[in-house]
Amino acid sequence: MKKVITGNHAVSYGAMLARAQVIAAYPITPQTTIVEHLADFTADGQLDARFINVESEHSAMAASVGASAAGARAFTASSSHGLALMHEMLHVAAGSRLPIVMANVNRALGTNWNLWADQTDSLSQRDTGWLQFYCESNQEALDTVIQAYRVSEQVLVPSMICLDAFFISHTAEIVDIPDKALVDSYLPECNLVYRLDPANPCTLYGVTSAEFYYEFRYKLHKAMEDAIRVAREADDEFREMFGRSYGLVEQYRMEDAELVLVTSGTAASTSRLVIDELRERGERVGMLRIRMFRPFPAEEIRNALRGAQRVAVMDRNMSPGQGGIMAQELRSALCNTPDRPPVYGFVVGLGGRDITTDVVHRVIEEALATDIPEDIIWMGVKV
Amino acid sequence: MIEVRIHGRGGQGAVVAAELLASAFFREGKYVQSFPTFGPERRAAPVAAFVRVDEEPIKLRCEIYNPDHLIVLDASLVRAIDITAGVKEGGWVVINSGKPPESFDLGDRFRVVTVDAGAVAVKHKLGSRTQPIANTAILGSFARITGLVGIDAVVGAIEEMVSTKKEENVAAARETYDRS
Repeated sequence: MKKVITGNHAVSYGAMLARAQVIAAYPITPQTTIVEHLADFTADGQLDARFINVESEHSAMAASVGASAAGARAFTASSSHGLALMHEMLHVAAGSRLPIVMANVNRALGTNWNLWADQTDSLSQRDTGWLQFYCESNQEALDTVIQAYRVSEQVLVPSMICLDAFFISHTAEIVDIPDKALVDSYLPECNLVYRLDPANPCTLYGVTSAEFYYEFRYKLHKAMEDAIRVAREADDEFREMFGRSYGLVEQYRMEDAELVLVTSGTAASTSRLVIDELRERGERVGMLRIRMFRPFPAEEIRNALRGAQRVAVMDRNMSPGQGGIMAQELRSALCNTPDRPPVYGFVVGLGGRDITTDVVHRVIEEALATDIPEDIIWMGVKV
Repeated sequence: MIEVRIHGRGGQGAVVAAELLASAFFREGKYVQSFPTFGPERRAAPVAAFVRVDEEPIKLRCEIYNPDHLIVLDASLVRAIDITAGVKEGGWVVINSGKPPESFDLGDRFRVVTVDAGAVAVKHKLGSRTQPIANTAILGSFARITGLVGIDAVVGAIEEMVSTKKEENVAAARETYDRS
């Protein structure tokens, strides 16, 4: 059924269709309406879940950990400072190998206080051991919640679905809400082998000495590596059943591209128009959209960029003292490759500054005009 | 692509008007986007909401700077802010007011029309006499004047999405449509 709904509403439909059983949440702009809609679904009986109002985001994740440890399908959502407050429990969830799914609405961190789109909040959590997906549209946000449960419950690693503040969260557009029965057949019931069960008492996640901690980290990493294959299969099967798929990275008009623009989130959507326009003029440009950021699909990215002469990364995030975070990851993925292209690291759109077609044009022009890139390239900074 | 900007004050229903208008276009088979001004909304402070409509899926995901048309829910905003900023020449400017369009002094670059949507809203008991909720009423007028969307689609959107005073809102939209 097609409806015109916001990205936040789409995410709540995703969690409802995935039959989340426990939702523990604390409000924060611009995430709040996700859990408000889920509270409505729970109240009117469309979703059979326990909705827990908690006193902080740290507790929201702690409650999700508890629910998931007991074998329930847990969902939560947060943003920016809320996500930052969860940081400790993000490590706990991943180390405990709990397949929790969380939506994070990408919002800038203070200070200076800012409510608007910026990916630095979730990218600051990249080392916590969560799968991370970056969405481009409301439809993708809904679909990715469902896919994420499939992947997380197979590899036993939690998932974070990231969507741009306002450009997705508060923007309404047409979303095809999948049929419930079809989702039920795509996503089996959550059935965790290791869980807390009063009939079979046990202790989980005990103190682990140096003798075994190393092995647990190795296994978490191996599960992450496995997630690449599992996510690809989940996406392929999703296409067969629902007629839509997204890939781990998406190549857009990359045939013979000399310059490849690499970006993520809603910036990728707007960039398509610029790529189309430049292709019409005969320029050899293409785009690579990073959808899955953890695990980082390095091999797929290396293959996609083979033959590219310049790579322009457009990051709506920034690590002070280093630069755009996806640019760093991309350089690291390419550094052992012979004949690697130069990587131009553009930082744009921080704190919700708009990424218009004009900004994308200027990024591409700058990359084409400069032979040796600086480590970080700022666009239109007003100082 | 058609882009519309809707001005109002917090509490007058500009954001809902944008959602309804998008939904109405969707009912006629168009691709749509609608979004509010990004950020906090305060009661009575100037707010804006936006609608994009196209025959193709909409890839553009940035703000709207040069709308084709304008809807103004609160006539006091015409002088309070630069209301026509960025509006394309020849665009419709539909103002909720009982005064003649010339009284707003917006020049001849735009097609300015007025409709007393507030009075229609009061008649149908939408909001209060001093603070009518004229968002559904003005959409009927917008449909008639611009011819971009049908009144049945507007009514369908109201019936689907407005939960309180559904019949009154529908009646208000139909009345301004018939009067415009």
